[in-house]
Amino acid sequence: MIWRIGKWFDRRLQLAAPVREAVEHPVPRNTASWWYIFGSAALTVLILQFVTGILLALTYVPSAAEAWNSLQGLNQEVTLGWFIRALHGWGSNFMVAIVLIHMIQVFLFGAFKYPRELTWVVGVFLLLMTLGMAFTGQVLRFDQDAYWGLGIGASIASRTPVLGPAAVRLMLGGPIIGGATLSRFFAMHVFVIPGALIAFVGLHLLMVLKLGINEWPMPGRIVRKATYDSEYHELTRTDGAPFFPYAVWKDLFFSAVILAAIALCAAFFGPFGPTGQPDPTIIQTVPKPDFFFLWLYALLALLPPSMETPALLIGPVIVIGLLIALPFLAGEGEKSWRRRPIAVLSIVLIAVALRTFTNLAEYSPWSPEMTAWSGEPIPEKILHGRTALERQGAVVFQEKQCHNCHALESKGGQRGPALDTVAARLTKDQLIRQVLQGRGNMPAYGNSLNPAETTALVAFLQVLHNPGQAPALDASRAVQPTP
Amino acid sequence: MIPEEQLSRRGVLTKLGILFNGVVAALLGVPIVGFILSAVTRGRGAGYNSWVTLGAASDFPVGETRLASFRNPYVGPTDGKTADTACWVRHIEGDRFQVFAVNCAHLGCPVRWFPQSGLFLCPCHGGAYYRDGSRAAGPPERGMFEYPYKLENGRVLIQAGELPTPGAASAKLGCGGCGKSSPCA
Repeated sequence: MIWRIGKWFDRRLQLAAPVREAVEHPVPRNTASWWYIFGSAALTVLILQFVTGILLALTYVPSAAEAWNSLQGLNQEVTLGWFIRALHGWGSNFMVAIVLIHMIQVFLFGAFKYPRELTWVVGVFLLLMTLGMAFTGQVLRFDQDAYWGLGIGASIASRTPVLGPAAVRLMLGGPIIGGATLSRFFAMHVFVIPGALIAFVGLHLLMVLKLGINEWPMPGRIVRKATYDSEYHELTRTDGAPFFPYAVWKDLFFSAVILAAIALCAAFFGPFGPTGQPDPTIIQTVPKPDFFFLWLYALLALLPPSMETPALLIGPVIVIGLLIALPFLAGEGEKSWRRRPIAVLSIVLIAVALRTFTNLAEYSPWSPEMTAWSGEPIPEKILHGRTALERQGAVVFQEKQCHNCHALESKGGQRGPALDTVAARLTKDQLIRQVLQGRGNMPAYGNSLNPAETTALVAFLQVLHNPGQAPALDASRAVQPTP
Repeated sequence: MIPEEQLSRRGVLTKLGILFNGVVAALLGVPIVGFILSAVTRGRGAGYNSWVTLGAASDFPVGETRLASFRNPYVGPTDGKTADTACWVRHIEGDRFQVFAVNCAHLGCPVRWFPQSGLFLCPCHGGAYYRDGSRAAGPPERGMFEYPYKLENGRVLIQAGELPTPGAASAKLGCGGCGKSSPCA
């Protein structure tokens, strides 16, 4: 009966034959590997994102006045709303991670080489769209981080020569971050980018089917445009197996593992935010981007000011240009990562750099510790047995917020150097000069300190050295007889 | 002969059809592009900026810097709270004021005023400014954004309306402490 119904439909759709051909197409036997499962996992997570995204849209209100409240409603009132939000949020993180791993695997296995150049280029756009979804999604979680994140985006856009002002207004949909801004990010996140994603994923998959999956790279097996096609054909003929069921079970298994992992993360860790209300008059906030953009946050703090605008505007063009150019620059030759040391080193270098920047951004040592002056007392040990003047200096140290940027016994800000042994580095005169005039990244305090405060503060700073350590000496004093 | 004649007639008609579609697409394109660029073009001429009040001048004690807020002069129907904007008002003496945007001149994060040390500090990337808005330290390449202000009937008014951003800062915005060589404000 079912067979007859199926037959009825296929008489009209005529899809059974091409579908069977697609799922049973021969793949090289050695590609049925656990290394070849990330693409299908990305597709699975994409489907999860579509489903959970549509579910969220049933309740979410894309209005600057209502979005935050509707998210609170999802978290608190709608049954299991928190779980769907958590699935979507964790799905987003997994999506970016899997797409990156997939890309690294494809790169290291030389799968971007002839004839799969276009598959790679489409993949680069898929990566950009995935990151675009992550960023626009972060905006839809319309909280303080989203609001100030948009401000950062606008500030970056504004640095475009000539077109800066227009770019900002185009991005914000008006003069300020407001309702129009959220609406257009909603349209991007829900219509424009997903539409493009569907089209590009379709192209990507079509090419995988038409060109065949990349064979397991063997050191010494060189890709040549003239001979590759016949070699690949020969390989699938002599050592091939139908994709279904020979290879597909690993994809199925891994997809299920990933879905389960997302569900577990969602259940245990819950949804992301929203953090505080998107009210620009509440300025007691420390905006931070989501995990996958943290490295950029760190980079923006650490780049020298003169390099910042060029890096922001030209950097992405160079990176994307290189990614697109890769298969055309290295379309032939060795595929195996064992014979491509520069490829391996590039991946290691990029991974270490991104991880380092992310790590730095997690505790942002370049930001003053805003509450250290009132919330982080000076260690008792330092104050013990001090003169009245030195203790008065300690009060000045706290009152003038020195502690916000300078740590004592690892407590306090890390914007400036820790001052535990500053007396061993700077003489009294140097301390006075540094405090009053500032230098490097330190502001001048000449206008905020009266002479009595300066005297006390410097007296306090002069006691900051290890026991037994000699205080800094002005070497010129030794040769010049004291009057 | 006949098929060829038909072919060429059909060929001409096809080309005319494409041309006709092109003309209609171009005509439709004008309002579509106009709609997309409306946010940009609307800001031309008089622009988004206008004078808004921050309250009585007596609300801002001499020698102090206080947070004030105003409703953006240009408000959309769905803007909600986002149209409320904060700014720092410094009353120097008498009729002399300085009104700074809260947005850091680096990348727009909200800077906080610390009266004890006389500094504005940014929580994002560690930018710091002196009490007159001039750059003290950190990544900003310039001083804070400063709104033009005037006093009318004992009220402080500023000219505002657009998000201050470093590259696109509206020409009306000043730059705190700019052109001053000494770092000591």
